Amino acid sequence: MTKIQTQYNRRSFLKISAAAGGGMLIGFSWLTGCVSEGKNNEALAIPNEWFDINGYIKIGDTGLVTIYSPNPEIGQNVRTSMPMIVAEELDVNWENVMVEQAPLNTGFYNNQIAGGSQSIRKGWNPLRMAGATARRMLLEATAKELGVEVTALTVANGIIKEISGERTMGYGDIASKAVGIEVPEVVELKDIKDFKLISTSVKNVDGKNIVTGKPLFGLDFQREGMQLAMIQHPPAFGMKVKDFNEAEIKAMSGVSNAFIVDITVPEPGYFDEKGFLQLVAIVGKSTWQLMKAKKALKVNWEQVSELEDSEMHMKRMEASLASEMRESRKDGDPAAAFKKAAKVIERTYSAPFLPHNTMEPMNFFAHVTETSAELVGPTQTPQALEGSVSKLLGLPIEDVTVNMTRMGGGFGRRLYVHFGVEAAAISKKIGAPVKLIYTREDDMTQGTYRPAYLATYKAGLDENNNLIAFSVKGTGLPESPVFENRFPAGTVENYLAEKASTKTNITTGAWRAPRSHFTAGAEQSFLDEVAELAEKDPIEFRLELFDRAISNPIGNRNDYDAQRYAGVLKLVKEKSNWGQEMPGIHRGVAAYYCHNSYVAEVIDIAMEKNTPKIKKVWCAVDCGIVVNRDAAKNMVQGGVIDGVGHAMYSQLTFKDGATQESNFNQYRLIRHSQAPEAIEVFFVENDIDPTGLGEPGLPPAIGALANALYQATGERHYHQPFMSFKSVKG
Amino acid sequence: MPDYKLRINGTSYKVNVADDTPLLWVLRDELHLLGTKFGCGIGQCGACTVHFEGAAVRSCLIAVSAIGKSEITTIEGLSEDGDHPVQKAWLEHDVSQCGYCQSGQIMNAAALLAENPKPTDNDIDNAMNGNICRCGTYVRIKQAIKTASNQ
Ligand code: FES
Ligand code: FES
Repeated sequence: MTKIQTQYNRRSFLKISAAAGGGMLIGFSWLTGCVSEGKNNEALAIPNEWFDINGYIKIGDTGLVTIYSPNPEIGQNVRTSMPMIVAEELDVNWENVMVEQAPLNTGFYNNQIAGGSQSIRKGWNPLRMAGATARRMLLEATAKELGVEVTALTVANGIIKEISGERTMGYGDIASKAVGIEVPEVVELKDIKDFKLISTSVKNVDGKNIVTGKPLFGLDFQREGMQLAMIQHPPAFGMKVKDFNEAEIKAMSGVSNAFIVDITVPEPGYFDEKGFLQLVAIVGKSTWQLMKAKKALKVNWEQVSELEDSEMHMKRMEASLASEMRESRKDGDPAAAFKKAAKVIERTYSAPFLPHNTMEPMNFFAHVTETSAELVGPTQTPQALEGSVSKLLGLPIEDVTVNMTRMGGGFGRRLYVHFGVEAAAISKKIGAPVKLIYTREDDMTQGTYRPAYLATYKAGLDENNNLIAFSVKGTGLPESPVFENRFPAGTVENYLAEKASTKTNITTGAWRAPRSHFTAGAEQSFLDEVAELAEKDPIEFRLELFDRAISNPIGNRNDYDAQRYAGVLKLVKEKSNWGQEMPGIHRGVAAYYCHNSYVAEVIDIAMEKNTPKIKKVWCAVDCGIVVNRDAAKNMVQGGVIDGVGHAMYSQLTFKDGATQESNFNQYRLIRHSQAPEAIEVFFVENDIDPTGLGEPGLPPAIGALANALYQATGERHYHQPFMSFKSVKG
Repeated sequence: MPDYKLRINGTSYKVNVADDTPLLWVLRDELHLLGTKFGCGIGQCGACTVHFEGAAVRSCLIAVSAIGKSEITTIEGLSEDGDHPVQKAWLEHDVSQCGYCQSGQIMNAAALLAENPKPTDNDIDNAMNGNICRCGTYVRIKQAIKTASNQ
């Protein structure tokens, strides 16, 4: 067993217990409806009394256990996998566990954010500790009760037993006594080989609620006396609202108020990204009436900055790429190596702006009074929202509460907090509780988009087809996509990475696997071409490079583990029977490391009626210990479909500062018939602490797709989207 | 505003709304049947799918005045306790990620199977193409439909 120092004290437990018991979360009935149900027929009776053991665990007198899931749930399934980790160390039957969303409590919980695929990685130790600490306290309470030493007791599945004796104690029987026990300073964690729950497949705790249509999402939130609100933003980036036909709108049926709100917060931070700080707000009783009122709006806008378009965007990026760039890494002498290379290849790749398009449009509930603000809704970063609302209203942070609902998708969109801040501003103005709802058009035309990128890769081979020089330079609107210390850095003696960025007034932000979704596609399709030029098999070519990085790495800033990287490539090679001819099947491969996990993918394409059809995708994943096996597979499958879909079909284009696509009739997302027919996921089995999977499955899919398309059609794809690429790059 | 009598999930409801109000907003705002979701409002995403006399329709496109005496079924009325074969298959395959699109997917799949109990892959693609899932659960949805079709 591993012993670890507990990192919290009795006082913080009490604080959170008071919060949890005091109704911060369960005080209003709507959220209680969102508690996941006991999961089998033998589920224990609902307790008469609950005992807060610590801020993660509440045990009822019948033995039923509630585990609080600390992080926002956006579909990455942490509401199941995080409590699983607690339940493992607590040693309780999963059937007797219920899950509740924890409230925002930055003093107690660690990292309450859904971003960067970090929930599991950063939660691993605190969650294990929470379970182990509670188990230890229950053991100590039992020892005291039975008059024996703790060492004379053993525990399994929520039942404590005397090792040499007959007496037993259920968690439900002793929970009340464990509450008073001193929190141990050091606790023992289970040996990984003793895990019973972790690495099995546990079904989504909200599965039943989802398939029966229970109100789980922010948009479903209801409160007595609540009004609805919608906003109208300027039609183009670079414009500002001046005034509108207020009297006419106010006179419309179902409209109770209409006004301009300003959501400027002092010292805005990263999560405050928003293009339009003044908005027309319309308040009323029904969504449909508000939609009609929006259509009747006559607003005067004024231009405040340049109105941009897609052609201008590409020109700016091209100029930036041609200009002096910032060198971010240099190994050896790339210029000399390229000069003496026998073969040199250079290719340029681009990707367009993308909206997130979570299926649930942005929305938030707010109830602001003179002295408090209560917010409920879908946010990936409740802490940032709390901070921004506190700044907007000039309220102390303690007087702002944020509760998280389940989210109909996040993908980075809900890291930005403006829609919560807007709801608060509207509620303050009308002095009543309100739920702000975006239409799809609102959502798509004022996003925090995935930036647009442009990058050039160059490689030099010697006369024996060894890679002797490699360079990458990349720019974007408004950031460079280049990760200078990622593969193939470290495997090539002469290496150069250069960065630049260009300006835009389009608002951008994190989008599932930021930058990696672009670099993986570009770099991995480039390496496919380099391997071809070197007359080598694309997997063998990469494995040779990893061999170099293992035996003789160049530089000491390489941010990947070459063994694990090579490991996923070897696994995908084995599982997909790489190298075996299959009639009519054209294959492409890619591997990528990001967000602390390694994923290699092989995509099999067949041409059907002259159209490429993805028959199968093979994925090999190293994310350390797999917490919830089938759910982890689901995540990787989703990442593959999302990656393939956006690379093939999606782009957001601009004209006169406005997006040319505003709903799903113009903007293409992948649909059923275009999805791969099958996706198999295999894991590298090891005992390394787990890392996340919300993002890492997506980036390699783009490279593997481009490479498979080349095999199928003889055509290389350099510019996304591959299938409807039109005017953006001439 | 006129009164409308509606038959939804076997129950009669009376609502007082503008005649062009889409069924979606009657369900969500007036009746608090919140399982039917809003995704696009223009018939392009399928999140709002309900059954209209057994056929899958987009409730965001159907004005309340066009419903008449027709029987409407929403996800809340698909089964007593989530035990419709499609719902059971969804749980068996643990299809959901964020889950937001799934009530629409399920309603569409249930209508498909009612009409075509043994759909081919092609039939499934054709019937389901109007239902977007941004999380990318398409492969599992297809598997679940096949499982349900074998019940
Ligand atoms: S909301 Fe009706 S189809 Fe999208
Ligand atoms: S499960 Fe999230 S949109 Fe389908």
